[in-house]
Amino acid sequence: MSQKKMKIRAWVTNNHATVKAIIFHPMETGLRKDKATGKTIPAHYITEVTCTHNGKSVLTCLWGPRVSKNPFISFRFKNAKQGDTLKISWVDNQGESDALEAKIS
Amino acid sequence: MNHQRRTLLKASMATGTVAVAVAAGLLTPQVVLAAWPKAAFNAETMDGTLKALFGSKQPTASSDVQVEAPDIAENGAVVSFTVKTSIPNAEQIFILVPKNPSALSASYILSPDTDGFITGRIKMAKTSDVIAIVKAGNKLHMAKKNVKVTLGGCGG
Repeated sequence: MSQKKMKIRAWVTNNHATVKAIIFHPMETGLRKDKATGKTIPAHYITEVTCTHNGKSVLTCLWGPRVSKNPFISFRFKNAKQGDTLKISWVDNQGESDALEAKIS
Repeated sequence: MNHQRRTLLKASMATGTVAVAVAAGLLTPQVVLAAWPKAAFNAETMDGTLKALFGSKQPTASSDVQVEAPDIAENGAVVSFTVKTSIPNAEQIFILVPKNPSALSASYILSPDTDGFITGRIKMAKTSDVIAIVKAGNKLHMAKKNVKVTLGGCGG
C-alpha cells in the first residue's frame, strides 16, 4: 500500500521523551452494517501495538475493537535523549502489520 | 565437530514446529506474540470483564489516578481521554466503559521507564463512565469520569 499508515512525533524535554503517534487504520468493530448491502462489515482492528526505545520496550498496547478509528496515542518515558530511535509496530486481528521508526528530536 | 550445523538444525526444527502449529490453527498469532486478553475483550458485562482480567480481586478508588475526558462528547466515535497516575510502580493501565457492548476498551503495559501518563481515543456507545484501572504490584487503583454522549459511536 502506498498510503502512509503511521505518523510519529517524539521529542525530549528534561530527559523525558514525549511521544505522539497516529496509526491510520479502520478499526471496524464488527457491529456496523454496510448501508448499501445490509451486510455486517467484518471486524478489523489493531490488537497489539509495541513501542520500543533503542530496542527496549517502553509501552505495549493491547487493544480491542472499541478504540477509535485512526487511533491516536501519546505517552512519556524517561532516560531519553536526542537522536534515540523510537520504533512503533502494530498487528491487527486479520494478521496485517506495519512498523515505523522515528528519531527523537 | 560441526557444532554450528547442529545448532542451525535445531533452530530450524523449532521454528518448523511453530509454523506447523500456526497452520493447524492451534496457536493464533496473538497468542504467539503476547497474551491478548481475549476473554476480557469479549466479556459483555463489567463484572465479567473484571473477573476475566483480575479474578476475584476488586479495584479500589484512588486519588492517585486521574481520568480526563470531556464532560460532553458530541461524537461517541472519538472520545479522547488522558489517564495520569502518580503511583510509582504502575505496571498496566486498563480503560473500561461499562455501557459499551464490551466493557474493556484498551490496556497499556508500561515499562519501569514509562511515566504514568497515557492519552488515547476510544469509542462510546452511550453516556457512561470512563473507568481507568491502574495495576501496581498486587493492587488495583481505580478512577472514573462520566462522559455524556450525544451520538453513539459503536455501530449497530
